[in-house]
Amino acid sequence: MKQRFTRWMESGSPWIWANAGAVAISLVMVVGLLMLLAIRGMVHFWPSDVMRASYTVPNASGETQSVEIIGELVERETVSASQIIASGIPVTETSAGYERTLVKLGNRDLTGADFRWVLNDYIHDTDYPPDIIALERFEWGNFYGFLREIKQDEDTIASTLDGSSDDELWQEFNQRLTRALSIHEEIVSLEQAEIGSINYELERLRLAQRRLELNGNSTPQALADLDQQRNLLDQRYEQLQVGLVELYNDVNRDRVVFEAAEGQQIEFEIADIVRAYRPNEMGLVAKFATYFSKLWEFLSDSPREANTEGGIYPAIFGTVMMVMLMSIFVTPFGVVAAVYLREYANQGFLTRTIRIAVNNLAGVPSIVYGVFGLGFFIYFVGAEIDQALYPEVLPAPTFGTPGLLWASLTLALLTVPVVIVATEEGLARIPRSVREGSLALGATKFETLWRVVLPMASPAMMTGLILAVARAAGEVAPLMLVGVVKLAPSLPLDGNYPYLHLDQKFMHLGFHIYDVGFQSPNVEAARPLVYATALLLVAVIAVLNLSAVSVRNRLRERYKSLDM
Amino acid sequence: MNQQTESKKVNISTVVHKSTAESLRTMEECLAVKNLNLYYGDKQALDEINLSIPRQRVTAFIGPSGCGKSTLLRCFNRMNDLVDGCVISGLIEIDGMDIYQKSIDVADLRRRVGMVFQKPNPFPKTIYENVAYGLRIQGVNKRRIIDEVVEKSLHAAALWDEVKDRLHDSALGLSGGQQQRLVIARTIAVEPEVLLLDEPASALDPISTLKIEELINQLKDDYTIVIVTHNMQQAARVSDFTAFMYLGNMVEYDTTDKIFTNPAEKQTEDYITGRYG
Repeated sequence: MKQRFTRWMESGSPWIWANAGAVAISLVMVVGLLMLLAIRGMVHFWPSDVMRASYTVPNASGETQSVEIIGELVERETVSASQIIASGIPVTETSAGYERTLVKLGNRDLTGADFRWVLNDYIHDTDYPPDIIALERFEWGNFYGFLREIKQDEDTIASTLDGSSDDELWQEFNQRLTRALSIHEEIVSLEQAEIGSINYELERLRLAQRRLELNGNSTPQALADLDQQRNLLDQRYEQLQVGLVELYNDVNRDRVVFEAAEGQQIEFEIADIVRAYRPNEMGLVAKFATYFSKLWEFLSDSPREANTEGGIYPAIFGTVMMVMLMSIFVTPFGVVAAVYLREYANQGFLTRTIRIAVNNLAGVPSIVYGVFGLGFFIYFVGAEIDQALYPEVLPAPTFGTPGLLWASLTLALLTVPVVIVATEEGLARIPRSVREGSLALGATKFETLWRVVLPMASPAMMTGLILAVARAAGEVAPLMLVGVVKLAPSLPLDGNYPYLHLDQKFMHLGFHIYDVGFQSPNVEAARPLVYATALLLVAVIAVLNLSAVSVRNRLRERYKSLDM
Repeated sequence: MNQQTESKKVNISTVVHKSTAESLRTMEECLAVKNLNLYYGDKQALDEINLSIPRQRVTAFIGPSGCGKSTLLRCFNRMNDLVDGCVISGLIEIDGMDIYQKSIDVADLRRRVGMVFQKPNPFPKTIYENVAYGLRIQGVNKRRIIDEVVEKSLHAAALWDEVKDRLHDSALGLSGGQQQRLVIARTIAVEPEVLLLDEPASALDPISTLKIEELINQLKDDYTIVIVTHNMQQAARVSDFTAFMYLGNMVEYDTTDKIFTNPAEKQTEDYITGRYG
């Protein structure tokens, strides 16, 4: 037995098992993480059935009180009796545990809270009426209830009271909702694109005037010129404003009356509604259609309601934008530094020290870079830039405040050691024979580097960039100091000159997770979004990385070198 | 090719053995080495080398590994400059010009003295771009000129027929022998006067080796060729003159016939008959 064990040990199998085991555990953890994120996050967009039930629960003094609840089941769990007693519901303490359910009630404007834990034992008369309507609204979150009446300019168009059937009402409602949504879209594009750019132009004119005043060039001629432009813009603004008012009147034409739980009637404008559906009568196909439309909204829309609803498009955009800018800054800088260290610098004590310092720089906690970015880039460089280039805006800072440029630069600084190290290794691997071949043809050292060595080392540079992107895209702590905000009013890239607004603050997926998860006023509503956003962040990083990897593979193929 | 530079008769007595001088008398001198010493740090790698290499002939350096033949070769295009701690004293002249003087443009020198290395080292570019490389370095960008030179060089390197249909494929897809001929084409594309071949066939199979040797025979009409080889048969086949080196010393330098049939030095004879090395 002992001999067999010894032989097994010597055969090397345990070593192979240990290796394979380590790989397997890593894989299981990664897959498990992704599954958790996917399940917890993606379920959120599923239009689940809405139940109606009576909930009769005794209060502390033993009186029972029955309420009607309408809502979606969110999750179940078992809690101990003592915990329930502590919450004021008298149950027998001997029982091992009670099952309770989290119900999403919606209707925050009516009830104050849109989630509620209910004890399963006290729920009865559960049913799923097909005409329950789930609404998503621009304000106050979801609503669940029954459609009772449609009004146009205070006149009732259709109502269950005057005999219209639920389905007729629902069809009428849907037509009007579609109309309202398309008008709403028009309003948004008018406000953001056209009026937004007029405001932007007006601000630029104001700054131009201020600049003239500061420079002492404010001749009456120039001022009149500016005034004329301003008048033109004002006129256009007035026109747009008239159109806007009309649109607003249009969109506010229709009102609806809903009946919520407990027969409570509520009336609101149809323009408040984002989406309406009847989950209980939807088939699987219809549910999938709604699911993907909600998912698309999540990916392509701006957030609403303190980031707990709507989409995260600005955060995706900000993350990708920031990482790309960072790549643009870090790659040339890191490569040039690595070329000097490896190719030109004397390989002496000083160079070794610098190399060690660079390697150690990679280990500095990221928040330290954040503080450095804030202190150096923003308060020093940014303030100087403002003094020199944007005196007309002062005292409001332009670059002297956190923004996209500084965030990208800070992250570039954070990741430059990775690029340097990777590039240096790539340069070291280029065979001497190829360099000598070039030199022997009469090329100078620079020509050799530029035409032969650097192209051959480009896969290594890409490796550095991949590592840099992987690190930078997931970084949050320094960004909180140098440019990320909870909600940015506009994207850093738009149609207004100079198109790319490096001074603007931006949204970031990593910070969004933190903000939604931990700073949100509505924890239960935000939780699935945390998972969904986290999954998306992982996906964005994966996409960024995979595209860099594919570029690297193409380069490798091209410079697949001699048998080195 | 570039023979407008003024030629010069060999200074016999200081350079070579008398017997060599007999046959060298009529030759033009291309490369002259005088009292060359080379040190790698503390170690002396070349010891008082004197040598005169004739124009448009093939001169072979033979000797056991580590005898300094490659080191000597790499002095001719100052490749040793790249080695840390390499110190040189003495004189090397090409067409009477001291190549180690301060005013020399090393890049220009290396264009005039081309070199082919032991292992084929094509650049990871297309075949065409490999040959065009030297021209592009010199700032030649006219497509017509480059096309012409590429074709001419590939013809000269006896490679044209094999690659004419795939000039724009990667050079790394060629066989070892083809790669080495490509490197030779690349080298002669910049019209050097001297070709230094550092064991050009040692990494190749016998057939490729044969092709390279044929090529050397053709090229000697236009170029002064210096070849380092550890293959004595090869030296005997391709060279007109042979220098035998041992431990950093130039033991004997004479016509190839003489070295291989009737060497003056015992050491040479021992080496050639395979007693050591």
